[in-house]
Amino acid sequence: MSDQLLNLTLHVWRQDGPTDNGHFETYQAKDITTHMSFLEMLDVINEDLIEDGKTPIAFDHDCREGICGACGMVINGRPHGPQRLTTTCQLHMRQFSDGDELWIEPWRASGFPIVRDLCVDRSAFDRIIQAGGYVSVNTGAAREANEIPVGKLDADLAMDAAACIGCGACVAACPNASAVLFTSAKIGQLAMLPHGQPERQDRVRKMVAQMDAEGFGSCTNHEECEAACPKGISVNWIGKMNRELIAAMATAKDEVEVRGK
Amino acid sequence: MQRALTLTDTAIGKKVVMALSGAILVGFVIGHFLGNLNLYVGEASMNGYADKLHHMPVLLWGTRVLLLIAVTLHIVSAFMLWQRNQRARPVPYKMRKDIATTYAARTMYWSGPIILLFVVYHLFQFTFVPESGNVFANVVHAFSHPAVAAIYIVANLALGFHLFHGVFSAFQSLGANHPKYNQARHWLALLITIVVAGGNISFPIAVLTGVVHL
Repeated sequence: MSDQLLNLTLHVWRQDGPTDNGHFETYQAKDITTHMSFLEMLDVINEDLIEDGKTPIAFDHDCREGICGACGMVINGRPHGPQRLTTTCQLHMRQFSDGDELWIEPWRASGFPIVRDLCVDRSAFDRIIQAGGYVSVNTGAAREANEIPVGKLDADLAMDAAACIGCGACVAACPNASAVLFTSAKIGQLAMLPHGQPERQDRVRKMVAQMDAEGFGSCTNHEECEAACPKGISVNWIGKMNRELIAAMATAKDEVEVRGK
Repeated sequence: MQRALTLTDTAIGKKVVMALSGAILVGFVIGHFLGNLNLYVGEASMNGYADKLHHMPVLLWGTRVLLLIAVTLHIVSAFMLWQRNQRARPVPYKMRKDIATTYAARTMYWSGPIILLFVVYHLFQFTFVPESGNVFANVVHAFSHPAVAAIYIVANLALGFHLFHGVFSAFQSLGANHPKYNQARHWLALLITIVVAGGNISFPIAVLTGVVHL
């Protein structure tokens, strides 16, 4: 690991609010150590901006250990930057070279309106979850954990899908700004488990309808989402969701109501 | 007003329509290519095949109606999905790097319209206003012009790219996806592409090089 200091040119998207047109502004990042995370590098830029009496760059972050899904920006055309299976907060400056020029943009999708600079409103994902990404259980005394047997492989596969942190990189990477990887992971996770069975057919129909209502694009099987996903969620979940939806539409005993046109 | 959700309301459902109508069209291009192999057998074989088809009006017109329905559904769904996708990212990225996608996948919106224009041209040339009643002679005459041959070669390259991504993609759209068979999906798409597009491209080349002649 080198202790070399980096000097970088950053072109950062600045946007005053949801209605502002926005533009790129250029900053010089000087004497950046390779041990810094990408967000720490932006913290340094922001310290300078604050000292100069300017507005710091707004970006989302929370845990900074790659598990919460709050952070995320498109760095040189790739969501979460150049390192595979890594969130922006866990991306370190050793991935870059002295003199690099970086273009830093927010997720771009009409389903994710920009709040300010690099912050986008991802509540569309919350609404997709609210539509059916849950299991209903009666409250009361906790049941015996081993009462419902779950196969080891099914549990593992459900866990693979549950690894999704809802960061939105799949939408950002998709040429169509489609949210199918996220939605399919959430549907697939519960479809693998016995607990998800009672609401299985309702869930897929309601979550897919909500995903469409949020204005996300359609899947055209580029598989860019899987490549950008910091948790390595597989596009196989998308196939599973399609299967679930077709089966639910063909066999469900009831209808799912949506708002008519 | 509330109403029941239908499969085709959803973008996924529209992709199902694209996959099923596409499957019919893939079946057609394979059949069309196999029929065209008569070109290599000779004039009598080619014209005999054409004659046989024209003496089975139920099969001929049944196929034509089915193809027209499939083409219409394919194009209407593609257009609706394209509109949705245009709206889904109104502000483009300044810089974007693709990692996983293929040339074939990226050019679907180009290869599709190219194939449509070509099919119209192709129908006018050999079906609506044929040069004569001799199908074999019509084909050899047409492909003797390098410009016409070039149109057929370019159009079939577009068809090849469209088939490759289309066949691979259709399985996923229908939910027929499994890690065990995904590699086979890929090989099947490549096989159909090479046989159909490669085979079709061989016809104008065979005429230009004199392998097939009157």
